[in-house]
Amino acid sequence: MLNQQETVMNKQKRFKIQGPCAYEFDSGNTGSWRIERPQVDFETCVKCGTCATYCPANVITIEKDKEICVDIMWDYCKGCGICANECPKQCITMVEERCGK
Amino acid sequence: MIDIKKESRGYIAHGVSACAGCGMELILRTVLNALGQDTTLVIPPGCSALFCGFGKETGLKVSTFQGNLENSAAYAAGIRAGYEVQGNNHSTVVAFAGDGGTLDIGLQSLSGMMERGDDVLYICYDNEAYMNTGIQGSSATPLGAWTTTTPTGKPVYKKDLLGIAMAHGIPYCASASVANIKDMTKKVEKAKSIQGPKLLHIHCPCPTGWGSAPSKSIEVSKKAVQTGAWVLYECEDGNIKLNNPPKELKAVQEYTKLQKRFSGINEEQLVALQMGITKNFERLMRMQAE
Ligand SMILES: Cc1ncc(C[n+]2csc(CCOP(=O)(O)OP(=O)(O)O)c2C)c(N)n1
Ligand code: SF4
Ligand code: SF4
Ligand code: SF4
Ligand SMILES: [Mg+2]
Repeated sequence: MLNQQETVMNKQKRFKIQGPCAYEFDSGNTGSWRIERPQVDFETCVKCGTCATYCPANVITIEKDKEICVDIMWDYCKGCGICANECPKQCITMVEERCGK
Repeated sequence: MIDIKKESRGYIAHGVSACAGCGMELILRTVLNALGQDTTLVIPPGCSALFCGFGKETGLKVSTFQGNLENSAAYAAGIRAGYEVQGNNHSTVVAFAGDGGTLDIGLQSLSGMMERGDDVLYICYDNEAYMNTGIQGSSATPLGAWTTTTPTGKPVYKKDLLGIAMAHGIPYCASASVANIKDMTKKVEKAKSIQGPKLLHIHCPCPTGWGSAPSKSIEVSKKAVQTGAWVLYECEDGNIKLNNPPKELKAVQEYTKLQKRFSGINEEQLVALQMGITKNFERLMRMQAE
């Protein structure tokens, strides 16, 4: 591991770093973990943002002016169900995730 | 210095390998949101090491050093000292360690940092056991809780980390919880603004180790606060202030019944647990009044 990383680090003039060093900011496809997915009833949603505050993966965006007012990044949502449990209007339901859909 | 392969908002990748419903993930996102880009992290082995990624990949945009389990505070103090030599007095140096890495093996290193007065923010996320190695009991495991090393429930009480910090006379220490994100953010911001050693002790729901439903992580943490099993308070220059304390404590069962780790607790242990919690809460209320 040390060798592989030294090759990259040695090219840098300003920083001389010894030892293994991570330099690629990347993200896993944790959306594939999902067994259930949060389904939002956009009609009853009051756009309070509680779901977004507590989502551990930080994948919820509140879009006040859009029809899909609670936008979820499906590549990363782990399906934990915290958003559904905390929504004060109970307008999020966890539904079974099906392959191919 | 880093190559962005997949963009994220904030300073942490969206797809990190923390379990679904992990409180620690929410804690670090909240902490870094409050501190901003000019932060240097020290992370020991433990679940939080997952943010450092594997091999050449990292899940963090801020500079991070992964050290050893026993000396996060010493590393952080050393980095601070190095920055001072370089004339850098703007970066916030933060140690982000678990309860095992803090209350057990990291305690003497932390004590030295607090004694010397190093300008470091030390954050302990407390999931109340050694989770990353398979749920062994730590000195932060509560009385009566099951772990693989306390199969009949832990026979003794949890260590009082903030009590130890206050005994060192540091300028600021506080407890926090994912039950109240606003309160946590305020405390991180306050800690950042204060010179010298600061300690935050943050209750961290862990569905995998506690046997609670991933969807209930926030609910469990709220119950901890309502029952007094976790008390939100801060100590600034020796003055203790409880933050929005419950008027009356709920029975501890409201908290324990949501977690399998307490399913084998016997009557005697439950009485002892309740007594410890009530006593601790009353003690803190008295200290606030003084
Ligand atoms: C000196 C030393 N002993 C043991 C270990 C093995 N180890 C790695 S992570 C870990 C658990 C740490 O527990 P904690 O600090 O509570 O963090 P958590 O995993 O719960 O997030 C242990 C025991 C180690 N890395 N170094
Ligand atoms: S918590 Fe519920 S009501 Fe609030 S924004 Fe999210 S889905 Fe809408
Ligand atoms: S299920 Fe969990 S990860 Fe997915 S959006 Fe809700 S809180 Fe976030
Ligand atoms: S074991 Fe617990 S603390 Fe560790 S990643 Fe899983 S939920 Fe989070
Ligand atoms: Mg732990």
